[in-house]
Amino acid sequence: MTAAIKQPGWIRGALGAILGAAFGFALVVAIRKASGLPAYQTEQTGYPQVVVPLITGPLGFLLGFGAFDYWLRWAVGMPTIPEDHSQHGAHSWKDYFRFNTDHKVIGIQYVCTTFFFFFIGGLLAMLIRAELAQPGTQIVDAATFNSLFSTHAAIMIFLFVIPVFAGLANYVLPLMIGAPDMAFPRLNALSFWMLPLAGLLFIGSFLAPGGAFDAGWTGYAPLSTGAPLGQSFFNLGVQFAGASSIATALNFLVTIITMRAPGMTFWRMPLLVWANLSTSLLVVAATPFIAGVQFMVLFDRALHTNFFQFAGGGDVVSYQHIFWFYSHPAVYIMMLPGFGIISEVISTHARKPIFGYRLMALALIGIVVLSYSVWAHHMFVAGMFSWLRVPMMITTLLIAVPTGIKIFSWLGTLYFGKIHTYSTAMLFALAFIVTFTIGGISGVMLGMVPIDIHVSDTYFIVAHIHFVLFGGSVFTIFAGVYHWFPKMTGRMYDEKLGRVHFWGTLFGTWVTFIPMHWIGMDGMPRRVADYAAQFGNWNLLISCGAFILGAVQLVFLYNMIVSWRFGPKASGNPWRANSIEWQVSSPPPIFNFDEIPRVVGGPYEFGVPGARHAIMAGESVETPAPAQATTVGSAQ
Amino acid sequence: MIGRLPIAKMLAVVVVMTAAISAVMVSINWDGQEASTAAPKIDELLNVMIVLSSFVFSLVVVMLFYALWKFKAKPGDESDGEPIHGNTKLEIAWTLIPTIIVLFGAGYSWSVLNDIEEPVKDSLTVDVFSQQYAWSFGYPGKGNVYSQGELHVPLDRQVHFKMHAQDVIHSFWVPEWRIKKDNVPGITTTAIVTPDKLGTYELICTELCGFGHASMRAKVVVETPADFRKWVGGLKEKVPAPLAESITQDTETNPAPLNAGGA
Repeated sequence: MTAAIKQPGWIRGALGAILGAAFGFALVVAIRKASGLPAYQTEQTGYPQVVVPLITGPLGFLLGFGAFDYWLRWAVGMPTIPEDHSQHGAHSWKDYFRFNTDHKVIGIQYVCTTFFFFFIGGLLAMLIRAELAQPGTQIVDAATFNSLFSTHAAIMIFLFVIPVFAGLANYVLPLMIGAPDMAFPRLNALSFWMLPLAGLLFIGSFLAPGGAFDAGWTGYAPLSTGAPLGQSFFNLGVQFAGASSIATALNFLVTIITMRAPGMTFWRMPLLVWANLSTSLLVVAATPFIAGVQFMVLFDRALHTNFFQFAGGGDVVSYQHIFWFYSHPAVYIMMLPGFGIISEVISTHARKPIFGYRLMALALIGIVVLSYSVWAHHMFVAGMFSWLRVPMMITTLLIAVPTGIKIFSWLGTLYFGKIHTYSTAMLFALAFIVTFTIGGISGVMLGMVPIDIHVSDTYFIVAHIHFVLFGGSVFTIFAGVYHWFPKMTGRMYDEKLGRVHFWGTLFGTWVTFIPMHWIGMDGMPRRVADYAAQFGNWNLLISCGAFILGAVQLVFLYNMIVSWRFGPKASGNPWRANSIEWQVSSPPPIFNFDEIPRVVGGPYEFGVPGARHAIMAGESVETPAPAQATTVGSAQ
Repeated sequence: MIGRLPIAKMLAVVVVMTAAISAVMVSINWDGQEASTAAPKIDELLNVMIVLSSFVFSLVVVMLFYALWKFKAKPGDESDGEPIHGNTKLEIAWTLIPTIIVLFGAGYSWSVLNDIEEPVKDSLTVDVFSQQYAWSFGYPGKGNVYSQGELHVPLDRQVHFKMHAQDVIHSFWVPEWRIKKDNVPGITTTAIVTPDKLGTYELICTELCGFGHASMRAKVVVETPADFRKWVGGLKEKVPAPLAESITQDTETNPAPLNAGGA
């Protein structure tokens, strides 16, 4: 037992959580007593005796779990434990439940954790659609309904779409650039372990007096500053998810900039790497804004600061400006990694070089730059400075241009190729092009101020975000999971079940989200538990679509679990792809490469006679063609 | 490379598909009844966008399905496609043409926006008060009379709604007018509407404001000037003091020189 307490792990983690929470609780009670106040405060926005332990408990867990052991020893001058790689790699399933520094283990930890939250968020969506199937109130009351859609969105955004991309890239990206691991493996592990803590805070808010947070995932002040205790769980959960996201982005940036294999110049990076470079540039600069604004809400709630209290001299609209200055770039944080996945999948399965590779990379950078200048298009009716609407409209519409470049270049990639559609990944990638185009079109309409004035905060918005986030991001996530499943697990998945999942998801997406455009334009506001009877039939259809969409995800779950355990063994390169991660075994060896590969050409040289992307250790080194050799050497 | 594709035939299919989709979509009245001068202008903008969007959608679908039909690998064919890395002219085209289209859209939208928010001299000002979960209205030009849950406005006269939220953000939306504006604690927001159809409509709160959000509605009546005068004359209550105070407390969003520019 003493050994278990000394060793980092679950027992010490649990102990750390309890001690951390107890410390926070004692601190609050002691300070209140010393100030002559009653020990407990149960104003709905306050509850310091709960809020402070919500901070110290998770931090205590991370300390106990071993996330800071190495750094703390170093910081206090103790002899550091020599790195014996005992925390690296997975030798049994138990290693996935430990503090592990191997990017491949962390990648799988991320993907499994985020899909767990995907199914929780999906279950909440099913409850929402069950309530909305008929006008009137049947299943939940209006207050609970507000909690349901708020937690649904918060979980799907902060615990599924954003981190699942970080997970996939964690696994694939170091392999792709020929690196043995991420630049900061311990920071990488810490980033992962902050994520389930954010999830526990979001879900745990259902236990708070007054119910789970119910001001929407946008948490507009002053509704959020006056909301019951659950809102504080949201404010703090965002801190853990945000810190995780920022640390991972820094890690990706340093890894991509400094750890590329010899010969991998920027113009030889696969587009997935470009996409994660762009995404990370967005995360490091934008995510601190949501962390800050949620702290400001928490301080308004618990410390009676007046950031957003107009009676105390605060400014209500400024919440929205700060929030959207993060949350619009966040839309691209949730989309750019998916663009990268689609480029890999389409090029590989069409056996064609990416059409206009450089313009594709530049389009990503163009989106990054423009996405910082469009945030106020969420606020056309918010009562902000009205002149600001016009420049924000112009930048918003212009961002359709780089996005259009990507769509047309993927289509161009298909031409004169040899398109294989046996893989479910390719089916999702092709369907993504169409569904995402619809989301893009409705986005352009919403960017136009006069149209937005009418449809803002209606079901048209719900339709638009689900077409871009489900028909867009989630389709790319499925494409990515199917594409790299053989690499990550060393097994093949079942393509027949994959096709059932694909067609069910495509059908469900259209039936669920297309009619939402119509009822929105016709007068149904969003975020309502009840609606006018005239929208009853459409809502019933939407709910049926949603249930199909939900049910068919179980096919995916079954396929993944059973194939991981019993699927046929995968070869190193089942899709005959060029990028480096496919040139090692499936799953890759524990330190990725015996010897760092040497990059001698672009990543998509399909059909180019004699072209190579990389030369692996032990391969007979042919002299690369002169055309490829001229640009070698600028990266290292 | 492009020369090897049946461009004329593909474009013809795109045009036919665009025409077919547009014909169906434009004939449907998506936004419901039009009851203000702004409504037909916004709906016309929407229709233009529907045509342009149908074109983009048709282009993507035709390009995708032609590629899938023409370039699908035969079973057992393990060879690669042709090593085409791009086409500069094509890439410039699909950067420039969409830029022109969206800039046209932006200019058109801007002119519609200026048009629907153009203030006129002879307008009626109505104060809108919102609180969880009710609407009420004051008529400053008519001795500050007060109406709860029922808004009356005269036909064919521009109305300036001055909005004041008492607790959290609410949003004022009458779908038939196509106009929406948030009511924000601490500031005065303005919406300009010229109702041009008699009738009874519903005012809907569209900003999440708590558990009563879905039921936060009010009755809107557009009536002849004579009926309106009669109705206002019948109002006995004055705007209560706390609400009247919010009018003087709330600040305008826009700096003074730009204030005239509308909402």
